[in-house]
Amino acid sequence: MMEKDDMMLDELANKEYEFGFVTDIDMDISEVGLNEDTVRFISAKKNEPQWLLDWRMKGFKAFQKQEMPQWQNFKMPDIDFQSISYYAAPKKQAKYASLDEVDPELLRTFEKLGIPMSEQKQLAGVAVDVVFDSVSVSTTYKEHLNEMGIIFCSISEAVKNHPELVQKYLGTVVPHTDNTFASLNTAVFSDGSFVYIPKGVRCPMELSTYFRINAENTGQFERTLIIADEDSYVSYLEGCTAPMRDENQLHAAVVELIALKGAEIKYSTVQNWYPGDKDGKGGIFNFVTKRGACRGDHSKISWTQVETGSAITWKYPSLILQGDHSSGEFYSVAVTNNMQIADTGTKIHHIGANTKSRIISKGISAGRGQNSYRGLVQMGSKAKNARNFTQCDSLLIGDQCGAHTFPYIESKNNTATIEHEATTSKIGEDQVFYLNQRGIDAEQAIALIVNGYAKEVLNQLPMEFAVEAQKLLSLTLEGSVG
Amino acid sequence: MLSIKNLHANIEGKEILKGINLEVNAGEVHAIMGPNGSGKSSLASVLAGRENYEVTEGEVWLDGKNLLDMKPEERAREGVFLAFQYPVEIPGVSNINFLRTALSEIRIHRNLPPLSAKEFLKMTKEKQELVEFEAKLANRSLNQGFSGGEKKRNEVFQLAMLDPKLSILDETDSGLDIDALRIVSNGINKLRSADNAFVLITHYQRLLEYIVPDFVHVLYNGQIVRSGTKELALELEEKGYDWLKEELQGQESINTK
Repeated sequence: MMEKDDMMLDELANKEYEFGFVTDIDMDISEVGLNEDTVRFISAKKNEPQWLLDWRMKGFKAFQKQEMPQWQNFKMPDIDFQSISYYAAPKKQAKYASLDEVDPELLRTFEKLGIPMSEQKQLAGVAVDVVFDSVSVSTTYKEHLNEMGIIFCSISEAVKNHPELVQKYLGTVVPHTDNTFASLNTAVFSDGSFVYIPKGVRCPMELSTYFRINAENTGQFERTLIIADEDSYVSYLEGCTAPMRDENQLHAAVVELIALKGAEIKYSTVQNWYPGDKDGKGGIFNFVTKRGACRGDHSKISWTQVETGSAITWKYPSLILQGDHSSGEFYSVAVTNNMQIADTGTKIHHIGANTKSRIISKGISAGRGQNSYRGLVQMGSKAKNARNFTQCDSLLIGDQCGAHTFPYIESKNNTATIEHEATTSKIGEDQVFYLNQRGIDAEQAIALIVNGYAKEVLNQLPMEFAVEAQKLLSLTLEGSVG
Repeated sequence: MLSIKNLHANIEGKEILKGINLEVNAGEVHAIMGPNGSGKSSLASVLAGRENYEVTEGEVWLDGKNLLDMKPEERAREGVFLAFQYPVEIPGVSNINFLRTALSEIRIHRNLPPLSAKEFLKMTKEKQELVEFEAKLANRSLNQGFSGGEKKRNEVFQLAMLDPKLSILDETDSGLDIDALRIVSNGINKLRSADNAFVLITHYQRLLEYIVPDFVHVLYNGQIVRSGTKELALELEEKGYDWLKEELQGQESINTK
């Protein structure tokens, strides 16, 4: 029995990353290393105003003073920040009128990834703002959104065209001093998406961005800022897959969400960065700071994430529930296989009265993967009648992986209600055999069981993303049980 | 259809099956009875290909194909169906979704075209009615929160959907009240045909009042020690297994003298 398990584990370990390929396009890359000149170089390359350069400099100074975080449940790898190049842009400058003008090599890459960048997309109700390395290449359906007053563009464009909005909100949820990686991002952020939904507007389509790392030794420092003005609604999708690399690549994105009175933001992520080979060589270090602020009364933000990739995932999409009656949700599926590490969860700060939050976390560990849920639920003194429900489940496949749970609760309010449920289970051989006996092979059996386990979270994703996420889960766990 | 020749099998080094011989033809119903620990469920597990059993000797053929060479899912696709004694629960996996996956694998194997969603649903509805299985159960997560009886009835519903050649029912009658037993038995009787065969593993003669077998076999100590018609089951019901054990032990002691 053990032997068979081992064989299956081997088979899994030998499974190559399916999206590992490199696109051959000339890059405009800055020299490696990080100092004040690097920051100036990036800002100058992007023709930024002085206030933004000043802010970047503040971020850089904060970064220099900060220590690497040490509280996570894994040994922080040594990251040599001086060996990274902090700026890369496709040589052929962006802003094409139609897809025909885009480098065909680039389009083929997108095709391989299954990124749907065609006119038919409109029928599906998705506008895609594609970030290829650092500079936006193509933004579609902007006009249609423009008519409604919705701004959906790269953050560089937003700095040029809507500086007052960017200046008002940038860095107000994740300050430049927040943590090492957020400070670094402040100093060197390349590009990212900007969304503004005006008062009372319901964004008619799912906004989505696909990110992709594609230059050797190039860190990716995306910056995303989404503002939902009063009584507006937006659903935003982020997904990514990265090409195979032998050297570790650092990814340190920052996402800030701001929901004003009565507004709702739904933010969904499917993350599939290159996880490294079976021995953990290569793979992306994904150190992301994501935070949303429910500033106004009755506002709502929900995070949904499916994390299957990266060698290390360090990510805690958090929520600050400031407005009275504001609410937040965090739905997460995190998969670790082979040598992957995920330390992920959420922080929810209840500040306003009658605030509500819900956390559903589903960890799946296979191979020698280590999966930690880390959560903090904080009830402030003014958070009268605040409520939280947390459910935190772990699923183990095989006997060499690990699942860990670190739930923290702090309450300064005796009217608050906090509930926590947790389970740990193992995919049973009995379950797999049962499905085998009905004609379903082991791989498909695992896929069925895992997708069933994660259903509560997958159901939160928009339809087409849910399908992609299901495929990813199956793909990530292929061969993990006999 | 099914031909078992001198089948020996171990579990954790202990010999459980000690030379089983059995021939089952299309259209037949065979009952296998025997006391606890005689190897009845082990036989079912070995036929289905459960991996913790090791076959040490013998052959099993299904319509001329070597069953023992096949993985469990291949046996299933070839038409072996095991109605489990203790069906597992799989949370979050909908019964219907699971059956659709299973059926499509089996149809691919049989070179049948895939069913459209509409055809599949129509078939689901027909089979539900045939075996009196509630639609609300069909739409729930696989066996999750089902009562013992509901789980057994789900096995029969799956059997109806997948249309196997050879169905092995491992104590499907255990834990059923009299109404559930009647429903399950009616379902199976409706599914009997000249092209398929059933092996009923049971402790009790009660099931055989509803599903009348063509042959009854008694398994004892890893071997089939007695075969007969349905009257054998009645005799066992009346006398229990002890007389048989005594008789066999008597024979053994004579043989060893």
